Amino acid sequence: MGSVTVYGPPISTAVSRVLACLLEKDVDFKLVNVDMAKGQHKSPDYLKLQPFGQVPAFQDEHATLFESRAICRYICDKYADRGNKNLLGRNGAGPAERAQVEQWLEAESQSFNPPSSALVFQLAFAPRMGLPQDPAAVELNQAKLAKVLDVYERRLGESRFLARDEFSLADLAHLPNAHYICSAGKDDMFASRKNVARWWEEISTRLSWKKVVDMYSAPPA
Amino acid sequence: MAVKVYGAATSTATVRVLLCLEEMGAEYELVPIDFFTGEHKSPPHLARNPFGQMPAFEDGDLILFESRAISRYVLRKYKSSGPDLLRDGSLEESAMVDVWLEVEAQQYDKAISSIYIETVIKPVFFGGVTDEKVVAESVEKLGKVLDVYEARLSKSKYLAGDFLSFADLSHIPYTQHIIASPHASLFESRLHVKAWWESLASRPAYKKVTAGVPTSK
Repeated sequence: MGSVTVYGPPISTAVSRVLACLLEKDVDFKLVNVDMAKGQHKSPDYLKLQPFGQVPAFQDEHATLFESRAICRYICDKYADRGNKNLLGRNGAGPAERAQVEQWLEAESQSFNPPSSALVFQLAFAPRMGLPQDPAAVELNQAKLAKVLDVYERRLGESRFLARDEFSLADLAHLPNAHYICSAGKDDMFASRKNVARWWEEISTRLSWKKVVDMYSAPPA
Repeated sequence: MAVKVYGAATSTATVRVLLCLEEMGAEYELVPIDFFTGEHKSPPHLARNPFGQMPAFEDGDLILFESRAISRYVLRKYKSSGPDLLRDGSLEESAMVDVWLEVEAQQYDKAISSIYIETVIKPVFFGGVTDEKVVAESVEKLGKVLDVYEARLSKSKYLAGDFLSFADLSHIPYTQHIIASPHASLFESRLHVKAWWESLASRPAYKKVTAGVPTSK
């Protein structure tokens, strides 16, 4: 197995999305911190890895990649035989099953991510960075996220996980933003919806996610 | 049996799916969903797309939503009858397609859609007023994204590599509208971006699908 390097601070939602996937797949990796407070993500050397100056970046012996959801797909394809083999649907299950996972992965990206990212920034990162919170932005995005979670509530009444009856990359993609929102005291959004609460409890207690959360409080490398 | 797309030519996400179907020479039916009567929020459509958006897609018993997921399914289903736009056979190539598809969804889309929403959707579909400040900010953001694209496209013919892929095509729906607007200069002023766009716009699938799409011109 080649050497995998992930660049970025583990507390970044996008970085931790990749770490969760690597851990689900039992793939060893090296994590190289990028000091964003010092602007390292905009340095010429880093921009060669990630031209938009964002985290994470990913390297192995074949590829240099960025965008967490693309990196996750690559990890699932390259390490198809390792760890959790069913993250993009079962092998040989046919195109419909994979398409179901793709559909909910896109729902995370297009519907869940925008309002939840805004809330994560407002509730978790703005205070850390000494920036003022914007109550109007919190209210607006909470309302948007509530509508998305209503759709999830109905879906999760029909299916154990979002795409199918087994944990998939579509569920995994939600872990970082949902974690921060719940940790910042807005867990009632999840807890008040019976099926969403069940789903959140199941996915957030997975060993792979617990290991990622442990990394949040580890001292930087 | 022909597959069905539930949507409208005015829905950029619907156009994304139609482009893929046309590229692959697939037989399909476009079932119009009427935005103005709120048909996209009606129970029959919500049964197909629980977010009440366009498009939805039907292939026998399989119902899908989210245009990029539908598109991937279409490109795989008809793989033997059209160009290889996902490069599933190569780990490195398919990874690059996925990277630039995510760039489109996360970076490009956010900037360019704001311009389109403010200058066309809001006034035409909602009777609202364009927020020029949002437009100016979005134009600036899009310019920065296109600077990265210019650098990328000076090294490779298309975004994922020297091969056309779904990552390139996925940019067409919003870009089509901006090219027809005064903001076309964002593309025309960047040599390699301009050449890339002209290559996409010269494709028969592009011409056929976009002929049915009203632009603000």
